[in-house]
Amino acid sequence: MDNSVYPQNSLVSVRNLTFSRGDKKIFDDISLDFERGKITAIMGPSGTGKTTLLKLIGGQLFPEQGAITVDGENVHQLPRSQLYNLRKRIGMLFQSGALLTDMSVYDNVAFPLREHTHLSESMIHTLVLMRLQSVGLRGARHLMPSQLSGGMARRVALARAIVLDPMMILYDEPFTGQDPISMGVLVHLIKALNNTLKLTSIIVSHDVHETSAIADYIYVISDGKVVGQGSPKEIQNSASPWIQQFMTGAADGPVHFHYPAKAYIDDLLPSGKRY
Amino acid sequence: MIQFLQGLGKSTRTSFTKLGRATFFLLRTLSGLFSVLPRPRLLLNQLYFVGVLSFLIITISGLFVGMVLGLQGYYILSDFGAEASLGLMVASSLVRELGPVVSALLFAGRAGSALTAEIGLMKATEQLSGIEMMAVDPIKRIISPRFLAGLLSMPLLAALFSAVGIIGGQLVGSGLLGVDEGAYWSQMQAKLDFQDDIINGIIKSIVFGFVATWIALFEGYDAMPTSEGVSRATTRTVVNSAFSILGLDFILTALMFGDD
Repeated sequence: MDNSVYPQNSLVSVRNLTFSRGDKKIFDDISLDFERGKITAIMGPSGTGKTTLLKLIGGQLFPEQGAITVDGENVHQLPRSQLYNLRKRIGMLFQSGALLTDMSVYDNVAFPLREHTHLSESMIHTLVLMRLQSVGLRGARHLMPSQLSGGMARRVALARAIVLDPMMILYDEPFTGQDPISMGVLVHLIKALNNTLKLTSIIVSHDVHETSAIADYIYVISDGKVVGQGSPKEIQNSASPWIQQFMTGAADGPVHFHYPAKAYIDDLLPSGKRY
Repeated sequence: MIQFLQGLGKSTRTSFTKLGRATFFLLRTLSGLFSVLPRPRLLLNQLYFVGVLSFLIITISGLFVGMVLGLQGYYILSDFGAEASLGLMVASSLVRELGPVVSALLFAGRAGSALTAEIGLMKATEQLSGIEMMAVDPIKRIISPRFLAGLLSMPLLAALFSAVGIIGGQLVGSGLLGVDEGAYWSQMQAKLDFQDDIINGIIKSIVFGFVATWIALFEGYDAMPTSEGVSRATTRTVVNSAFSILGLDFILTALMFGDD
């Protein structure tokens, strides 16, 4: 595996990462690079540890082996205060939005500003409205999270993620469970924000079409290994039957439709009673 | 037999690991208290949720417990012609034991379970992770204010419980059963000791508040982030708090009143 895809210009570098949950190896000695200013996608079937990778990059989980550097700093060797300083420069969009349910939309977006800055309320007001405007929800600022649809909640969470002007945003399954319109809005927003705010974006997703449409580079992960990488076009034209099955969503292929089992006939008929 | 011992060993190890996690959690919570003080609004919000919203259940329960004590006390004391001491009996039972213990049990059921469910659901819906990724320590921002609120509310709720209970005893004793009202209050005033009874009762309620809030917050924070995990954690909060409160009550009573 080529370990130096973006050697000069990578904002996040994952080197020889190994991580297990119980007996199951989630990542087995993988190395990835995420280039500054680009949208890089991590794709793979459910349960391949895509969310785990984001938590490792954010320093919420510790690897067994290997190192992750973000902007030149080894995430897992930083003392807590420096890790928190690094996190202020990283926005994360959780799958559920992770909005604080006891606060309005406005207060949710203002939360990082109130926690980390000494800005006046009028300044916070301006900044929050600007961010809400950029996700199209300025008019929803008085609503509570329970009154929002799933897509709106993710857009509010996106406004919150960019309110401190981060250098990078981590997106955890941003398209899952969205209707076509919300999905289109999110695809457009992620691309637009990345370009206008000069962000670096990492998207983990298994939504092939939406992710391919906006990603500059794609890693495909399965069983703890990188099984394919390249531009969306390269991935789509990959010769690997596994990647072809994943990209086209074929029911059977290298990933079998059937969970491993003993012979069908043996399960249906009691042993020794074959006619 | 070997399997039984293995199982025993495993569960003991799990329990001790959990105790270790809980202790570590408590230390972090206590160190987070310093960051709560400059932000009184966080504390006030939690005082409202933990304390003020428990007001009704504590008041009503206190009233009924006091009324029952008034009735039972009267029947026993009147056998000895000592019904004039009803006030003393009701007050010392409440201030020494029932006030701190019953209000702590109610507190664990009302506020403790709510805290566990709230924190557990915040964990299940990734709100705690989200706060952490926004470079805010969830212990300082979420846990410590709730802990301080529990610690401050519990003695006040216990005092309220005892006060309302004494009035309940008086309503039944003097109002229904004809105990002299002056005797009810004067015996209480004469015999109830500030240090031995009231201060000790307050110390008990502070200890119970500390333990019940700690258990509730830890169980929420340590819950499996699923609906089943949160439901189990809520049950554990109520059960473990009840055991801890009753066990500690015995120890504290033995320490406080053992010399008499």
